[in-house]
Amino acid sequence: MRVARWILGVAVLGVLFYLNFFVFQGPLLVKMVNVSLFSSLFVLFRVVVGPSPADRVVAVDILGVLTIGMLALFGLFYDQGFFLDIALIWALLSFVASLAFAKILEGRRLDD
Amino acid sequence: MIRQTIGLVFVGVGIAFDFLGVLGLVRLPDVYSRLQAATKCVTFGTAGLLFGVFILKGFSSFGFKALLGIAFIFLTSPVAAQAISRAAHRSGIPLAEESVIDLYKTDGKSKGE
Repeated sequence: MRVARWILGVAVLGVLFYLNFFVFQGPLLVKMVNVSLFSSLFVLFRVVVGPSPADRVVAVDILGVLTIGMLALFGLFYDQGFFLDIALIWALLSFVASLAFAKILEGRRLDD
Repeated sequence: MIRQTIGLVFVGVGIAFDFLGVLGLVRLPDVYSRLQAATKCVTFGTAGLLFGVFILKGFSSFGFKALLGIAFIFLTSPVAAQAISRAAHRSGIPLAEESVIDLYKTDGKSKGE
């Protein structure tokens, strides 16, 4: 069972990377954005399946960090600077949201 | 030309570290070890990517925004990770079956909590 899961996971990752880097024709930055989107897909898997609430909080926190990287890549691809402004604001809001989720998870009220 | 190559190498290494951290987030057995793997996403992944953007764009407003993003992420992300792990331990989420020792719990008891 364990070996079957390993082989299934390695096969899925291999197919995704083969399709991304050898079949898909496009600029290098678009391929990097595709890898980041695969990572977001796995994070969403952890958000949906995660057995405890803390798993979901960790996954949402990491999703914010991945989004910052993706916005930086968009800024490189379109050669526009305002994407990094959006990335900074996203970092600030993600930090505040993580602290609020942690406080709720601990069982305290928000105005404590 | 050399600057382009170095910047793209930094961006590629950052993307690779992001992917490996997310793989750890999916595969590891426990909240705390998942958090430990996912924080690697921040320190080498996204920070390396933003540093690559700084190298590619040079001393313009674009590059300085990237440096500001690195500073902000390094300040805020460990605080959030610490708060999440503390809240998870206090709300009673158990460790994995393979783990050996829980020093946070025993230290709290020895102070007569």
